[in-house]
Amino acid sequence: MKQTNNHIGKLFLGSALLLLLLALCFGLLASLTYLFPDFLKDSFNFTTLRPLHVSMAMFWILLGASGCVYSGIQYLNKTPVSEKLAYLQWILWIIAISGILFSYFTKNFGGREYWEFKPVWALPIALAWILFLINFFTAFKKIGEWPVYIWMWMTGILFFLFTFIENYLWIFPYFRSHFITDMTIQWKVNGSLVGAWNQLLYGTAFFLMDKITNTQNTGKSKLAFLMYFLGLFNLMFNWGHHIYTLPTAPFIKYLGYIVSMTEWVFFVKIIYSWKSTVQSFQKHYHYFPYRFLMAADFWVFINMGQAILMSIPAINIYTHGTHITVAHAMGTTIGINSMILFAACFEFLNFPKDKSAIRFPNGLFWLLQLSLLVFWLSLNLAGIQKGIWQLNSPQSSFAVMMDSLRPYFTLFFISGLGLAFALGGLAVILMWQTWKKASP
Amino acid sequence: MKIRPRLLFALLSLLFLAYSLCIYLAPVMNTVHLGGHKTAEGRLIWQKYNCQSCHQLYGLGGYLGPDLTNILSSPGKDEKLVRAMIYSGTRQMPSFNMPEDELNLLIEFLKSTDASGISDPRQFKATNYGMIEAYETN
Repeated sequence: MKQTNNHIGKLFLGSALLLLLLALCFGLLASLTYLFPDFLKDSFNFTTLRPLHVSMAMFWILLGASGCVYSGIQYLNKTPVSEKLAYLQWILWIIAISGILFSYFTKNFGGREYWEFKPVWALPIALAWILFLINFFTAFKKIGEWPVYIWMWMTGILFFLFTFIENYLWIFPYFRSHFITDMTIQWKVNGSLVGAWNQLLYGTAFFLMDKITNTQNTGKSKLAFLMYFLGLFNLMFNWGHHIYTLPTAPFIKYLGYIVSMTEWVFFVKIIYSWKSTVQSFQKHYHYFPYRFLMAADFWVFINMGQAILMSIPAINIYTHGTHITVAHAMGTTIGINSMILFAACFEFLNFPKDKSAIRFPNGLFWLLQLSLLVFWLSLNLAGIQKGIWQLNSPQSSFAVMMDSLRPYFTLFFISGLGLAFALGGLAVILMWQTWKKASP
Repeated sequence: MKIRPRLLFALLSLLFLAYSLCIYLAPVMNTVHLGGHKTAEGRLIWQKYNCQSCHQLYGLGGYLGPDLTNILSSPGKDEKLVRAMIYSGTRQMPSFNMPEDELNLLIEFLKSTDASGISDPRQFKATNYGMIEAYETN
């Protein structure tokens, strides 16, 4: 293994950090709507701010994950990737993101939840992903036995492409005119897409573990492969837990229920085992990557417990459609996905290791963890109250119930400010360091 | 025992494809057909105005407004009220100045969501296995 320049990985990671900053700005503005219902109501309202926030957050994860895979390929350096294809992939992403931002700003919607832009902007994303797939297979086709993280990256790339195309089956009237089948496919897609980017990111986590310890303990272990197949099995079949109340075929719900119960277990076990093998000098040398992976470990525990409980239909009926679902979504995207991405950014962007450079980011790291905990709790408390309201009979009006959640939304906004400051601060520091090193 | 990743991956992928195909073909095998052309077009209006960012169908969607699956058959609510709210807006929802034909299609879409089932959690009971099912309605 030898270190190379990794400018492609850095390009994707730097762009992803910029998208994170946008996601944070739109997220803060959107959260104000919960406190001030009139806020920008007749102009830049929630129907615009929510897709802006969600899309930028998703693109942070997708571009970041692409950057991690490219950095991994560059580091392993078996067969060099085609730089032309990689740059073309990046340009296609920029075209898509620019078009999507323009569409949202001009209220030109037309897509599904999380992908509210018109299908035409999905084309450059799909093309970019095909180029990614070509580059990936070119780099790894000659390797006989893949370590688990290469399998996970391959799975993430392949299944993202499949589900992303499946995401647009609604453009055919056959699917759209059958409402229940249409909703079933929509949530099949949502479940599998998250599973696909999780494969990319967990693969990155395993790659980093081997890189930090300078071994192949994780990548080649039998347990890691068992975990990988369990993750793949969940990606394919566990999404039924999103639609327990939808009158779709019962076997979909039972399958989702049973498969969901097997989730996460091995991942925690592997990280836990890995933690004990890291020597103190390695922890110090890879200070932030190690810390962010440990933070991801903590948030896996928290979200794993919640996910398993929420996947039990008799409990899900209380949490479904409440802010507990939002707490879970935010807890996983920030607590797990973003922590792994920051671990990768600190590692691949070669953040300086001297004491003076780590003091401020260290403060931001702790602000991030504390803010996320309060943020997650406030959403769960709001969700519990809404869940009680949902089951009340007679029921007060929706507006009265929303007013009663105001204290939790205030807490949600304040902790959101802390999150934005911490995540934004870390992103700016990383971009500044990269730019400083790149400039002559 | 040696793990053979390629074989396992291929087997699982085949199962996944078969499962996906089974879901795509559900409308062909179903005896009850809900919706049709107007539902399909109405869903496009739902997406065009991004109703999903604030509202839910079967508890899936945004959290700022109420679930609209059964809005047309909810006590004290009907088509007239829904039309009026879309045009005038509410404390939080802006008014939508949509053409009459689009509004008609949106109403058709909401009629088919209403006819498709019940989303109210109070209408579900837990079974012995922890699964839930809707109470039977007369």
